[in-house]
Order: sequence, then C-alpha cells, then structure tokens
Amino acid sequence: MRVIVVGCGRVGAGLAERLARAGNEVTVIDVDSEAFSRLEHDFPGQALRADGTDEDVLRRAGADEADMFFSLTEGDNRNVLAAQLASERFGIRHVVAKVNDPVRAEAYTTLGLATICRTRMLVDELARYAGLEGDPGARGISLAQQPHHHEPDGSHPRGTRADDKAGAGAVSGDSTGGQGGRE
Amino acid sequence: MYIIVVGGGRVGYYLTKELLEAGHELVVLEKNERRARQIADELGSIVLARDGCEGKHLAEAGANRAAIVAAVTGDDEDNLVVCQMAKHHFEVPRTIARVNNPKNEGLFRHLGVDEVISPTRMALAAIEQDIPVHELLHLANLEGGELELLEAQIGEDSPAVGRRPSDIPLPEGCTLFVLIRNDGAYAIRPETVFQVGDKVLAISRTECAVDLRRELIGETTGAEVTSLTR
Repeated sequence: MRVIVVGCGRVGAGLAERLARAGNEVTVIDVDSEAFSRLEHDFPGQALRADGTDEDVLRRAGADEADMFFSLTEGDNRNVLAAQLASERFGIRHVVAKVNDPVRAEAYTTLGLATICRTRMLVDELARYAGLEGDPGARGISLAQQPHHHEPDGSHPRGTRADDKAGAGAVSGDSTGGQGGRE
Repeated sequence: MYIIVVGGGRVGYYLTKELLEAGHELVVLEKNERRARQIADELGSIVLARDGCEGKHLAEAGANRAAIVAAVTGDDEDNLVVCQMAKHHFEVPRTIARVNNPKNEGLFRHLGVDEVISPTRMALAAIEQDIPVHELLHLANLEGGELELLEAQIGEDSPAVGRRPSDIPLPEGCTLFVLIRNDGAYAIRPETVFQVGDKVLAISRTECAVDLRRELIGETTGAEVTSLTR
C-alpha cells in the first residue's frame, strides 16, 4: 500500500514508522527538516521536506498513486486543506485529517471528511477514567455520513466515505510537534 | 448589505475601509489582538479580535445574517476553512476567498467557494501580457471562472497553420471568434486559413485550455499553461 503522511510530528513520525516497517511504501512530508529527526535513522520510507498543502508537492510525493493519506500537522486548517486536496484532486480513497478543534472536526465530518479529534478523544478517555459515562462518538476516526459537498457538475464525489473504513481503529491521543509555527 | 471580513492584514484593512466608505455595514475578524486594536483605532469599533475559522466566532459576528463573507487572510488554508464554515454552517449566500497559490483556485471553487481571488495569478497575467512565455495568454475570467478568454499566438510549430477552423478538433464548449492579423481584427469565418503570426482570440471552458493549446500552439515547449488557467 502507498501511504502519504503530512506532518512529521510525534504522531506523524510514529505512524509513518509503523506503516513503513509493516511493509508499506510511505512518504512523510514536513516543512521543517528538523522534524525528520523524530524518525529512526533506518526509517524504511521517504522523507520529503516541503509544504504538504501544495498540490505540486503532493504530486511529487506520489499522490496520484497513493492509497491512503493522513494529514497530521499542528494546524487544523492545513490538515483540512491537505486532506481535501488528497481526496478531491488526487482521488485518494482513504483520507484522514487530524482536526483538534472539536467544532471544526464535527463540521468537516458532516461535510464528508474523515477526521480524528485529539481533544475530544482525550477529554473522553479522562472523563471515563473519572467514572463518567463515555461519549461513543469520541473514539477513533469520525467518518462521513454523507457525500463531501454538492458537486457542481453532478458527479459523484470521490474520497472518504463511511463504507471505506479501512480497518483504522482508535489511535491513542498523543501530542504532536512538527510543522512548527502558526497555530 | 451586511459583510464579514476575515483577516485584518493590509488587504483586509483597505477592503474594510473602502466598504465602509461605500456605506456598507460590516465587521472585521482579526485574531491578532494588537492588530485588531490598531484597526479599531483607525476605523472604529467594527473589529472583533477573534479567529474567524471558528464557528462560534463567525456566529458571534452574525454570520447567519451576512450577505457576504470575505476571507482575505494571508493563509490559503484559513481562507478555505472560513468560507467552508460560512457556506455550510451559516448558509452565507456569497463567500469570497483570497488565494496565494494559484493552483488552489480550482480546488477552492470546486469545494464551494463562490469567488476566488488570486493576486498571484493577476500579477502573472499582467506580466505575461508583455512577455508571452506561455504563448497562450489568459486575458479574463468569464462566468465566475467557468470560462476564460484566451489569446493564442500561432507559431511555426502550430498544427493549425494552413488549416481552416473546421479542420481543427476543438474541445466541446470552446469557440474561436476573432483573428488578429497585420494589426487588424477580423471575425473568424469557415473559410479563414490560419497563418504563422496570427493571433486568435478564443473563449474556452477552463479545463479545456490544455486541449486548445495543443491544437493552436502545439506540444512543443515545456512551459505549462496550467499555471495561468487553473
């Protein structure tokens, strides 16, 4: 499987590492080459220092042939842009965006993007620990209930759909670094 | 008309100033507090020091009664999120986004942003009218970007040389309408025969510009037309 990971923070690096060691062809992208120091020195994938929200960069990273795409930078909006490029421009079937603001995460889930919200997951886990009833929607990846948006040309939207679950279970919430800066 | 401007940088500032002078009711969302205060000092209490990417702040700004939301921050991703939230959460009739990367233009439109403004593309188009490196010049957007007005220069390598319009397999939704030859402009007729040095004005669906280029200019240079037409 060909996988692209945007954002080489702790989550991005950890995921890229595991996927690459499991035999997948992984390209991890980050704007900051320092971020790649989070990868093991014998990381068996590709590291690309570039802006993962740029269409040309994604093409260079092999987005045309990619099967799965994760946008895991520190910026919710960058993740949302990269993920929509991946699904709408490149037609990648399995796309997940990390969106830490719960309101935005929910909004984009309704729009059809698969999102993972660290905030909601952590709050839920800790609330469960404190003996409160869990929020079943908080665990794992929230998947689209409906098509991404209205297609102006009436065609069927490609990309993340509820039936594409791809066996992705809950990811334990960890803080991420990488793509330093704005948010 | 009630307008929300997101981003109080230079573009947001001058936009707000002009709109106020034109008598519109508006509010500016600028997440940097210092910058927000600066604008408020100059233009009055029309500024909220809030991040317009967040739904609750858009709600606070009255997005549900806004006729227009204009996202003009310096970051494409922020402008996209503002417009998508405005469109899908608050059903704002008209959303406008500034984009820096001209390649995002098509994507933003596809994702439902009503009007996409690319200063980069405008500057590029202005420059290329003087230096036609791409040979296929973008002159204007029509129909909100669905169509574009293009000028093609017929060179020696053009497959159109010596042919009539009916001999040229044009993509659907694309019309050649004016010929510029020896500093005169002529309507293109069925009997027109294209020559080296001609300029042809065409209106094309945006996605067909590449086909148009192939038929009128040829597949010679490595220069891409896409930077202009997407």
